[in-house]
Amino acid sequence: MIRIALRMLVGDRLKYLGLVAGLAFATLLITQQGSIFAGFTRRSGSWIRDTGQADLWIMDPQIEFTEDRKAMQDSALLKVRGVEGIEWAVPLYKSYVQARLQDGTRVVVRMIGLDDATLTGGPPIMEQGTLELLKADRAILVDARDMDDGLRLRRGVGDEGPRALRVGDRIDLNEHETVVMGSFRRTREFFWDPVVYTTYTRALRMAPQERKLLGYVLARVKPGLDPKEVARRVEETTRLRADTSDDYEARSMDFILSKTGILPNFGITIALGFVIGVLISGQLLYNFILENQRAFAAMKAMGASNRLLLRMVFAQVLFAAFIGFGLGVGVTAVVGQLLHDSKLAFHMAWQVPVFGGVAILVCCLIAAAISIQRVLRLEPAVVFKG
Amino acid sequence: METTLSTRVAVSCRGVTKTFGEGENAVQALRGLDLEVLLGQMTMLVGPSGCGKTTLLSVIAGILERTAGECIVLHEDTLRLSDRERAAWRGRNVGFVFQALNLVPTLTAAENVAIPLLILGLHYKTALARAGEMLERVGLGSRTRSLPSQLSGGQQQRIAIARALVHEPRLLVCDEPTSALDHETGHKVMELLQEVASSEDRALIVVTHDSRIFSFADRIAHMDDGRVERVETFTKN
Repeated sequence: MIRIALRMLVGDRLKYLGLVAGLAFATLLITQQGSIFAGFTRRSGSWIRDTGQADLWIMDPQIEFTEDRKAMQDSALLKVRGVEGIEWAVPLYKSYVQARLQDGTRVVVRMIGLDDATLTGGPPIMEQGTLELLKADRAILVDARDMDDGLRLRRGVGDEGPRALRVGDRIDLNEHETVVMGSFRRTREFFWDPVVYTTYTRALRMAPQERKLLGYVLARVKPGLDPKEVARRVEETTRLRADTSDDYEARSMDFILSKTGILPNFGITIALGFVIGVLISGQLLYNFILENQRAFAAMKAMGASNRLLLRMVFAQVLFAAFIGFGLGVGVTAVVGQLLHDSKLAFHMAWQVPVFGGVAILVCCLIAAAISIQRVLRLEPAVVFKG
Repeated sequence: METTLSTRVAVSCRGVTKTFGEGENAVQALRGLDLEVLLGQMTMLVGPSGCGKTTLLSVIAGILERTAGECIVLHEDTLRLSDRERAAWRGRNVGFVFQALNLVPTLTAAENVAIPLLILGLHYKTALARAGEMLERVGLGSRTRSLPSQLSGGQQQRIAIARALVHEPRLLVCDEPTSALDHETGHKVMELLQEVASSEDRALIVVTHDSRIFSFADRIAHMDDGRVERVETFTKN
């Protein structure tokens, strides 16, 4: 009878397509918004993931997330290097500075200073030039995407019209002249300001004068040791905070979620998707069952038990949910692929389709539970009414 | 629970009443009705609208509970069965031909006919094969894959008859089987019922208003106001 139930469902193509389209739309709403939410949260940790060489991030204990700036004294680096289990440790500078482009355009950029000797913590992919070029006089590297966006010469130089920033152009960072020696590609971040890389020493020279300037110490633990255990040791010894990359990413994400209100905002949209899903699928399923009421009553008269009819209705609901969910998730995935690496934050983490699937299933089961009441209350004698 | 009855008697109703609603709104559809239906015969229930024909048919078929009286059908008092047992009993013993046919429009003729077998738990392919054989017997062997909407009214009625007989029930109940058909088609349907459904081990009960088909009956129970007024018996050669 399950097969008969499914044939009843798909037999009327138009109604079946309407039902599946409704469920697919509800799935799309839930999974697309879920993926954008996941994308935003993931972007909050992009810089940490891009800076992949380090096992540990050591910082001031009051730092809450990646854009928080509470610098340490330079001596912190030596303290970390002295902790048992640390293979190497290098300094990293990070701060916002004022940039002035050749055409006079002023922008705020994030300046990251890498250890002069090893250049540890540099961008993941070089587009033009090499990381080694940072060792040249006044050298900086800029994000290739920013060259025609945040660092675009909007006013133009001389007779030139507006144009993208180019390798070889000069930028003043805090009144210090630098030269763009190359460009890189990085993973899009939650925050949008342009990013420039230079060496640690040069960054300190250009940074506003302060007593404490060391942003982070990046460290690698010796092979075979547990990074969490070494982090605990670093914290005990230095009284600084030491996080593994994963822990720091999670902490940054939690902070951004709690401070920006993204979670309730997206939560409302996802909840709306769920409610719309329940309403759409509920109405469609209810109508479907209503239209088949006489058929169910006839089957009941012919000996079908309530349990059998329940199984039939649930088979129809689950099948429609499965197809609708598949289509909805498919469309979400295609849209995500098309907008890959665009400004739209989209990341379909495995939790998104799982949550979406459960949500649609719950939508359908609620709808089925409402509709099924009519089938269970059906008086088989109605089939003798003309 | 089995009750001893004459082996020829398929249905025995004594003092059956059926009341719908309660108190001032109560409507008595059957008022102490007596009726016997014999195996191997076609019994017609006739009478004016609202006289209780369909209610009686529903009580006999086990889809409506009587209020009082006794009604033994195929040696079983269905009132003593649980809902589930009664549904299973109907599935095994009763075939239905509904006035509105109640064919599922999205299923093929064979699938519609196979429904009673599938309810009994037969495998889909086996049920479909037997449905095909039954359709062959009612002259629709070539239309097994047709949808009801692709068939004429007479052909749809044949599917309904095939569906009612495919699981070889001992009691066949037909509600106005010819009401939507022209005279000629109605006559053919009754001939088919007599030819395919009649058997020494099966009882047919037909509710009808259509006097043109009275000649097919072995017995006619004339009903009025919830009672059987008189029963005519015909001897056929």
